[in-house]
Amino acid sequence: MSRQSAEAHPSTRLYVAIAVILAALTALEVMVFYIEALAPVLIPILIVMMAAKFALVAMFFMHLKSDGPVLTAIFAWAVFIATAIVVGLMAIFGKFAG
Amino acid sequence: MEGPTSTGIPNRKLAMWTFIGSECMLFGTLIATYMIYRGRNLVPPYPHDLLNIPFITVTTFVLLMSSLMMVLALAAVQRNDLRATKLWLALTALFGLIFLGGQYYEFSHFVHEGLPLSRNLFSSTFFVLTGTHGAHVAGGVIWLGTLLVRAIDGKLDARHAETVEIAGLYWHFVDVVWIILFTLIYLLV
Repeated sequence: MSRQSAEAHPSTRLYVAIAVILAALTALEVMVFYIEALAPVLIPILIVMMAAKFALVAMFFMHLKSDGPVLTAIFAWAVFIATAIVVGLMAIFGKFAG
Repeated sequence: MEGPTSTGIPNRKLAMWTFIGSECMLFGTLIATYMIYRGRNLVPPYPHDLLNIPFITVTTFVLLMSSLMMVLALAAVQRNDLRATKLWLALTALFGLIFLGGQYYEFSHFVHEGLPLSRNLFSSTFFVLTGTHGAHVAGGVIWLGTLLVRAIDGKLDARHAETVEIAGLYWHFVDVVWIILFTLIYLLV
């Protein structure tokens, strides 16, 4: 690793803060799952929280926030294609119909 | 030490990110298969009869915290603190093993309850998807074990921080995949 990228990485305190947020979001996801009143909006709420956790790990633990745009572009493109595969196949097999 | 590169990114790190990109495709196809067959299961037992949300929440928490241990190991090796590097690498591997133990318990429980791999659509897609993820966790634990042995032998210091960072990238990827699987399999049941 270059000295420049090592210096740009988050501090230990920020790493711990991110872990606390991840744990809290996981607890919140499970709480939402058990609240029957939220059943009609369960899917969008869980998808948003899942995406938030995904982004936090990628940005801070995988250092995409500090490692520059090339690596972010590689990962974002791969995630986009994978998501398109999932959504496209689900649509083809009628998972969004009715 | 590796020399400068045309991209400014170390070659091994670029290779790991490219590999992670290909892994996105692998898990994308497996997740697509699971989602297509989700809810089309005609043969019991059904997912909601078997999935133990509190138990999986605990193992999910363990895997998330293992990612924290991994970045702390990286921070330790960057400041050449060999003692802390060994501690955090060992804890990361231990948390990975706890997650794998949880997965073994879950799989055994499912089989005991009459849900082997080929029982129905849910079992086939569930075992293949979570089993593939578990195999990746196992690979990560072995990788961490090799780093730990190097650290114990005194052959891992600040000059090898990139080696630890690359192993960390793989470990965090395994973690983000589980973040997705936890929501799609267990919470959107």
